[in-house]
Amino acid sequence: MPAPAKPRLAVWKFASCDGCQLTMLNLEDELVALADRLEIANFREASSAVVAGPYDLSLVEGSITTPEDAERIREVRAQSRVLVTIGACATAGGIQALRNFAHLDDFRRAVYAHPEFIETLATSTPIADHVIVDGELRGCPISPRQLRELFSAFLGHRSPDLPTESVCAECKRRGNVCVVVARGIPCLGPVTQTGCGALCPSYHRGCYGCFGPQGSPNLPSMLDHLTALGMTPPEVTRVFRTFNAAAPAFRAAADRASGLSGAP
Amino acid sequence: MDAGSEGSQVLRREEFPRLFSALEDAGYQVVGPTVRDGAIVYDRLHGVDDLPRGWTDRQGPGRYRLERRGDDALFGYNVGPFTWKKFLFPPRERLFTVQREGGSFTVVPEPVEAPLTAFLGVRACELAGLAVTDRVFQGGPVVDPGYAARRSRVLLVAVQCGQAGGNCFCASMRTGPSVSGGADLVLTEILGPGPHRFLVRAGSPRGAEVLSPLNLPPAPEEDERTVGELLDRTTRSMGREMDPTGLRDLLRETLQHPRWEEVARRCLSCTNCTLVCPTCFCSTHEEVPDLSEEKVERWRRWDSCFNLGFTELHGAPVRASGRSRYRQWLTHKLGTWHDQFGTSGCIGCGRCITWCPVGIDLTEEVAALRVPVAPAGPPGRTA
Ligand code: SF4
Ligand code: SF4
Ligand code: SF4
Ligand code: SF4
Repeated sequence: MPAPAKPRLAVWKFASCDGCQLTMLNLEDELVALADRLEIANFREASSAVVAGPYDLSLVEGSITTPEDAERIREVRAQSRVLVTIGACATAGGIQALRNFAHLDDFRRAVYAHPEFIETLATSTPIADHVIVDGELRGCPISPRQLRELFSAFLGHRSPDLPTESVCAECKRRGNVCVVVARGIPCLGPVTQTGCGALCPSYHRGCYGCFGPQGSPNLPSMLDHLTALGMTPPEVTRVFRTFNAAAPAFRAAADRASGLSGAP
Repeated sequence: MDAGSEGSQVLRREEFPRLFSALEDAGYQVVGPTVRDGAIVYDRLHGVDDLPRGWTDRQGPGRYRLERRGDDALFGYNVGPFTWKKFLFPPRERLFTVQREGGSFTVVPEPVEAPLTAFLGVRACELAGLAVTDRVFQGGPVVDPGYAARRSRVLLVAVQCGQAGGNCFCASMRTGPSVSGGADLVLTEILGPGPHRFLVRAGSPRGAEVLSPLNLPPAPEEDERTVGELLDRTTRSMGREMDPTGLRDLLRETLQHPRWEEVARRCLSCTNCTLVCPTCFCSTHEEVPDLSEEKVERWRRWDSCFNLGFTELHGAPVRASGRSRYRQWLTHKLGTWHDQFGTSGCIGCGRCITWCPVGIDLTEEVAALRVPVAPAGPPGRTA
């Protein structure tokens, strides 16, 4: 009796650093169990052997920054039954979305010896701006635990358990002493989505917002709070313009703060 | 439960290690206050030197700072970010494992580890908090086996407060600062006049058993008087107050009060208040299968009514607005808790005020809700 065909997995890269794909390789032992249940049909970070589509599950890393990629993501979508974006680049445009708030030509001239060879879009945009996305894993990089949960949910035909609660919830479960309340260190935990395991506060740092806005972020209140902690408007603008700068809630917060500062 | 209390005895500061040893000799591991990461937290203690000697905690809304005291008090602080709840109802806990076996499966229950444990330094309000969680987890027809097992192995060593914190209001809630019952041992620290010492009394036969090998001298009457004065002073120095009368009705009658909108503008929906509260008991479950699907573990983790997922039903949360979530917290804590458990859910410890990043103060919210709403103005205008 022939074994039932295994679902096919493809992993795609757009503008990104490969860190999220590496998270998959970091599953290590479990990767073997995974390979038993999924055909890893296209994952160049792991193997150059590529099996042609269609695919049952596509994981997409990276944002759209070039006209070719804007085209390519449509092809990926057409070949994928389920498409899940992974990481801050794919879900919110990534750090490269800082270009959205500046003049592309200035960057082009500052960075490249031959700017005339550089063909790029003026913006870095999340995958969901271009095609329909079935799910997302937040983070810069994504969390191995959530990636594992995604695979397990996909294989078990259920929806994954990906809470949209704040980082504070996990921070408290971990038994951290809040850095804001006990030390006056600004922390984006209250407006940021859980998933990292409250990594930064566990090392006495404020949260940097890698996982983007939580399910119900209150950014106007957060701006007042950061100001009360002594941050200036340009500083507030900067903390929201990092990996998830183009996530709508963080973008609005930065815009509002920079408006207060009167800075460009 | 005052069985075994035959008046107080005196334990001199130098002899405090003897009490510690007596607990250990009786088989108890000791958990209690210790300084970590800029706060006084509850953790495993290995000796008197682990206690926060000479430290105090200065607290305000959204603010907590450790400060040096001018003396060597061992219990010269109030309450920190954590509660005894975490030892009885852990933040994350595996409940059982389901193992596939051929065409069937077996459920493997999780063994509960419940070592004999002494909670050293339980405050009066915290005793009231434990009474509340006892009712929640083991007082009804459904008993939580993990909580009940661990709770039955706990010895409560209370320490009455010699000072009140900036956000304390146990006097309003009538849960402190003096311990009226529920503890196995009750200590009061006297820094002077006279030598640094503790007044100790047993509150239960188990407590008396721990105490008896110490052969402590009975306390002179004037020491009892000193303790009375100390507690009066503590009562007078409460940082907050909240009138608890009629709260259940007040909260039922003010569901449309404009104050909810106001507080929701500040509230971050971050969950901190619920997770530091000694009586909040909500949790959610997660299934963790291994990728081969041979076994799946069921875990329980702390949850909070501030999370959108908390009320998600067929794809959308019932309490979508921050207003409805803050209102759920306060109406449950101070109102419907009475209907559910026959008591208030608030014991006046002030933790939710201190550990709220934006310093939302429930005593202030309640005071605002007591102000009657102005008669409705023309449409489109709120009071
Ligand atoms: S340290 Fe940050 S993440 Fe942790 S509770 Fe405080 S504000 Fe929240
Ligand atoms: S509601 Fe606040 S003050 Fe009352 S018991 Fe809970 S944390 Fe303490
Ligand atoms: S206030 Fe919220 S988290 Fe606390 S017990 Fe009530 S519903 Fe649960
Ligand atoms: S009241 Fe404070 S601690 Fe509670 S959810 Fe709102 S902001 Fe967080």
